[in-house]
Amino acid sequence: MALAAVVWGCSGTAEKKLPIIGERETTERMVDGQTIVDTIYHQIPAFAFINQDSVALTDKDFDGKVYVANFFFTHCPSICPTMQRNLLKVYEKYKGDERLAFLSHSIDFKYDKPSVLKSYAEKLGVTNDQWQFVTGDKKAVYGIADQYLVYTKEDENAPGGYDHQSYLVLIDQQKRIRGAYDGTNDEQVAQLFSDLEILLQEQ
Amino acid sequence: MRNTLFSLTMISILIGMLIFSCQPNVSIETAQYAVNGQKLYVTHCQNCHGAKGEGLGMLYPPLTDTTYLQNNRSKLAHIVRNGMTGPVEINGKTYESEMPGNKELTDVDIAYILTYITTTFGNSTQTYTHEEVKKSLTDPKQ
Repeated sequence: MALAAVVWGCSGTAEKKLPIIGERETTERMVDGQTIVDTIYHQIPAFAFINQDSVALTDKDFDGKVYVANFFFTHCPSICPTMQRNLLKVYEKYKGDERLAFLSHSIDFKYDKPSVLKSYAEKLGVTNDQWQFVTGDKKAVYGIADQYLVYTKEDENAPGGYDHQSYLVLIDQQKRIRGAYDGTNDEQVAQLFSDLEILLQEQ
Repeated sequence: MRNTLFSLTMISILIGMLIFSCQPNVSIETAQYAVNGQKLYVTHCQNCHGAKGEGLGMLYPPLTDTTYLQNNRSKLAHIVRNGMTGPVEINGKTYESEMPGNKELTDVDIAYILTYITTTFGNSTQTYTHEEVKKSLTDPKQ
């Protein structure tokens, strides 16, 4: 028995797991007279946005799914096209795989109305509802960006009028952040491809 | 299977070498312009048009339509500097997005970039000269 435990412990077949990112808290509870410590991880809170079809999209639509979230705007002249070109590669690989979804938030709450997002999605080559493009009021969009740990800011000095980071944020089935990859960096995008496989194996 | 794959790889490498060696020689000046142009391309053009000039979906057209590059050679500098609106047909598809201008680029920067684009993505072997840029930018028809 002990030998078996040693063999098992050393075999190195333990599955690789992705880290859980963000602040965490612990709570204690009593079970049968013993203290049990639970860890509460950072989770993406409830949200409601309007998508490219002018339909409400909420966190419920992503229940039980792995998804990749990012922040962009359709007239972004700098990092967005590269970031979306790379995310499109991930989308094309997993197209039709219902375990995985994509969520792009526009940070240009003035111009990127649903019809603009619809046209953008079609031109990008998105042909099903697996990849959603959403808009909302400034407070909601910039607030949710903080929850994904992505910097976004309206800035007239930035190209296109908005400053933001190009992270592709990987969210697990329990809405926890499991990775963030610079969508303009080929090596990090390759890492996203391999990490996605690891996360999709996880139950 | 492995052998077939291996021989296929070798054959494509050989073909690649043949094509590469058959490429007409470009002058040293053209090569220098293209090298400078590549750096500027990465900064000013690549985000939308891609590292291989492949574009992105129907959002941004590819820069690989050799016929378009040839037929519109005199307009290219004007497009880079001032941008472009309205539909444009590339490789048989119509693109309608608006391209912003690049006012910060100097005439010689544009010559570098267009030499890179027309010789790398197009089939030109000539430098897109400083004079061509000036002519394109001052042409009243544009």
